[in-house]
Amino acid sequence: MAEIIVVTSGKGGVGKTTSSAAIATGLAQRGKRTVVIDFDVGLRNLDLIMGVERRVVFDIVNVISGEARLNQALIKDKRVDTLSILPASQTRDKDALTKEGVGKIIEELSKDHDFIVCDSPAGIEKGALLALYFADQAIVVTNPEVSSVRDSDRILGVLQSKSKRAEDKREPVREHLLVTRYDPVRVEKGEMLKLEDIREILAIPLLGVIPESESVLKASNTGNPVIMDQESAAGQAYKDAVGRFLGEKIEHRFLEPSKKGLFSRLFGGRAA
Amino acid sequence: MSWLADLFKGRKPEPQTASNAKERLQIVLAHERIGRTREDFLPKLQMEIVAVVARYVAIDPGRVNVSLDRGGDMSTLAIEIDLPGPPANTGRRAAAG
Repeated sequence: MAEIIVVTSGKGGVGKTTSSAAIATGLAQRGKRTVVIDFDVGLRNLDLIMGVERRVVFDIVNVISGEARLNQALIKDKRVDTLSILPASQTRDKDALTKEGVGKIIEELSKDHDFIVCDSPAGIEKGALLALYFADQAIVVTNPEVSSVRDSDRILGVLQSKSKRAEDKREPVREHLLVTRYDPVRVEKGEMLKLEDIREILAIPLLGVIPESESVLKASNTGNPVIMDQESAAGQAYKDAVGRFLGEKIEHRFLEPSKKGLFSRLFGGRAA
Repeated sequence: MSWLADLFKGRKPEPQTASNAKERLQIVLAHERIGRTREDFLPKLQMEIVAVVARYVAIDPGRVNVSLDRGGDMSTLAIEIDLPGPPANTGRRAAAG
């Protein structure tokens, strides 16, 4: 049986797809058989972030409607052999996703995978509800910013009331906080919410903190999940987060401004 | 150290907006979390209060002002209803009643 993980946030643009790609890739690099599913029907982007956009033939809606078999729609990653991607449909509307259809796909994928990562669309509409419905664990992606924290709180409420686990009155979905775009310099200046503040408000276990980093944009430009860039702070932070997800004790990093010499302070130069 | 930087830049330190953000979030979420388990009764409460007043005094529904201030320790709901002065003629009273 696979473990089903939803990567969700409520708010858009906080880094759900970047995080889904990084975490799925990280799990696969650790030898876990992993599939990452894009639930954003009509606005698919996971294919671009994973760099497989030119290999998409069939998508999740084709599988649900019986136009293609699941194996035909799954794209095998060329970098990590235990990883595959199930893209969303770009042309169909959101109603094409059904609970029964998604349930069948997840059941079938469960047979030969360790992890199923569901990349949720923004909002709390059908696509987002279906992405979280079957989840065993949730990674709530949050920026240190008021609207993002509020929406994360809202999505936690949805997880606790509208997931299948909640409906079946089973043990609740395990929640993890992933803070992204964290900028220790701005935090130190008092311009940005502190990690401790976000933790205090949302009150769920912390999986990781991904620092604001130029390497995230570079990674998406080239279609390589940022976790593959182990030179970058963001890549290393995602790798740590994956380790923690698998139960390892890893201390949090990148929470303080990097100590720079006078020269680089004077002449700029930003974190990689 | 930052006072030194500020001295050199010749400006006052900026207010720390992050603590403002935290405070606002704590208040709004405290209220939203309650709302999750209970339906939002405020619109109905307002309607009923206005209806009760209207039963005794002729009021113009367009001149009812409702304001709510959700605070951390206390919230205030203020309903301001313009009561019309003594009727200028009987015709208006009949229309209102």
